[in-house]
Amino acid sequence: MRVPGALREAGLPRLLIAGFLALLLGVAVATRMDLRSLISDSITRVGRNGILVLALLPAVQGGLGLNFGLPLGIVCGLIGCVVSLNAGIHGPAGLLAASGIGLALSIPAGIGYGWLLNRTRGQEMMVGTYLGFAVVSMMSVFWLLAPFRNPTLVWAIGGRGLRTTLSLGGVFDKVLDRWLSFTVGGITIPSGTLILFAALTFLVWLFFRTRMGITIAAARSHPRFARAAGISDERTRIQASVLSTALGAVGIVVFSQSYGFVQLYTAPLLMAFPAIACILIGGATVTRATIGNVLVGTVLFQSILTVALPVTSQVIQGDISETARLIIQNGMILYALTRIGRT
Amino acid sequence: MRALLRHSVPLLFGALCVFGVVVAEISPSFLLGEMMVRVGRNSLLILSLLIPILAGLGLNFGIVIGAMAGQIAAVLVVHWGVPGIGGFGLAWLLATPIAILFGIATGLLFNKAKGREMVSGLIAGYFANGLYQLLFLFAVGSIIPFHTESMLLPQGYGIRNTVDLSSIQYAVDDLVALRLPVQGINLRVPVVTYGVIAAVCFLTLFFFRTRLGQQLRAMGQDDHVAAIAGIPVERNRVLATVLSTVLASWGQLLFLQNIGTLNTYNSHEQVGMFAIAALLVSGATVSRATVGQALLGAILFHTLFVVSPLAGKALAGDAQIGEYFRVFVAYAVITVALVLHAWQSWASAREAARS
Repeated sequence: MRVPGALREAGLPRLLIAGFLALLLGVAVATRMDLRSLISDSITRVGRNGILVLALLPAVQGGLGLNFGLPLGIVCGLIGCVVSLNAGIHGPAGLLAASGIGLALSIPAGIGYGWLLNRTRGQEMMVGTYLGFAVVSMMSVFWLLAPFRNPTLVWAIGGRGLRTTLSLGGVFDKVLDRWLSFTVGGITIPSGTLILFAALTFLVWLFFRTRMGITIAAARSHPRFARAAGISDERTRIQASVLSTALGAVGIVVFSQSYGFVQLYTAPLLMAFPAIACILIGGATVTRATIGNVLVGTVLFQSILTVALPVTSQVIQGDISETARLIIQNGMILYALTRIGRT
Repeated sequence: MRALLRHSVPLLFGALCVFGVVVAEISPSFLLGEMMVRVGRNSLLILSLLIPILAGLGLNFGIVIGAMAGQIAAVLVVHWGVPGIGGFGLAWLLATPIAILFGIATGLLFNKAKGREMVSGLIAGYFANGLYQLLFLFAVGSIIPFHTESMLLPQGYGIRNTVDLSSIQYAVDDLVALRLPVQGINLRVPVVTYGVIAAVCFLTLFFFRTRLGQQLRAMGQDDHVAAIAGIPVERNRVLATVLSTVLASWGQLLFLQNIGTLNTYNSHEQVGMFAIAALLVSGATVSRATVGQALLGAILFHTLFVVSPLAGKALAGDAQIGEYFRVFVAYAVITVALVLHAWQSWASAREAARS
């Protein structure tokens, strides 16, 4: 397909998605919906999911492709949350403990994952997907058998096995969202979460300007030159996977505090897919991604997800937004998969 | 010892199954009955995976799309009210052209994503699920005229979550009704279903020996050499995908006629995962699988499927653990197979680079 230069620059899929979002907002205005709450919700969702999308960036930059194994990091973060909750740590300290434990677990997990991916080159995405599935289902057994005894976490009947969703109400529910939060013209800004997202984004940006970051990206884009310069891409790929897994762990802790619930069992199974769709909608490819892709993609896709349900329910009965999400998300991933090697 | 090692996967699984049977104290008659039903209804879906493996496409996660074709046909047959074996035959006939179309689309997609067929197939299944929901949840009854009220959601459009297939239930299983009395229970023996499965097995074996089958085998060994030898690789890849998709649609229909209800929005979702896990349990790999392995896999995997919740209950007093465990086993088996496959091709590529 031949597309004029300017359009090509922005990327056709991105324009289509942006057009779809504009259409949804247009309908919202036309049907006199409360735009302010829609925008508030969108901003909250962007902050909530941002770090999980950011987590994909190091993997792409390190040559691992789209990190379908993100649930690995997510599970680490969830363990952090559960341990912190079980110990009954409240407020910001609980949040810190959860992310600290998550981070500590994600480093060995990321090393192992990177080691495995080094031995399964060319199939990283498939191996990542199924490794993620396997780990999530293994953890389902773990959540049932784990020796957590805090009565607020385990099933009331039997006293064993964690509940499927743990409420964070009164523990560290929305700790970050509320921190420095303010309201402008009816739009609430969850400052804390956004500040953390911005700070981590900045750190990742900075990291890819340090020596280590540059070698990671160089080993991906010019493996032969890198080897000639004495860079082992086995090493850089492991570094990339650790970074991605660690961000995934922090990402889910931030997600949970904003959402107000920790979701266990099968909930993390498919969490990688919307995040991947975000970064792709932002214009990333399987081999190249930038901070800009993360930001644009998260804002576009999360806004669509937020706005679609209330807007479409004005026009049609039934929840078409979930169907639309499936089509957009997976269509986007498919499109990216068919375009490798022809950019 | 070497033979033991080569068959370690099925042996391990066999041992796991035996352990479960002993722990849960499952009676042989119960197990036999369950297995007869499950192997009968799942085998065709597992067999549908063989041809793409031969052609070097790997595990066809896109059979979910074939299953959707089967379900579209099933809904139409119930809508028209054609009962019994006639209805089933009609569904089978209807599903075929739909599956061929879907197969061509999937095959073309695989050609665009060479080397990433498996992940593309998986995502294509999710994508197709979105389109399928759009069709059945929103288009049917609103854009597409549909007047069987009992099948529609209360809002007047969209198919209900479950469609009653009792009109075609056991149409094939009981075409020749045979009951086997075992320990006072009359076991239903689905003679014709097993006949169909046997026929597909023989046809697959025969297909492997045809000209096209040999071409696919050559492609599976080396795509590049095959192309140089004048084999139309791209076209054959599409053909292999179409055959797999059509078999999957038939397999899903056979599955549904046994179950008797269609979960409109869920019945197809797990089809790919369970069929693939079952095939791999037999020791098949991403690049090599035989008809015998498909059948052995069906038996082993579904034994574990029956046994594990019961064993979980007996061991830990909670059937839920067994349920989670069997899902974990399915995913883990696929993961290990994928890792081994990628590891081997990585190692051989490194060897080649060294020499």
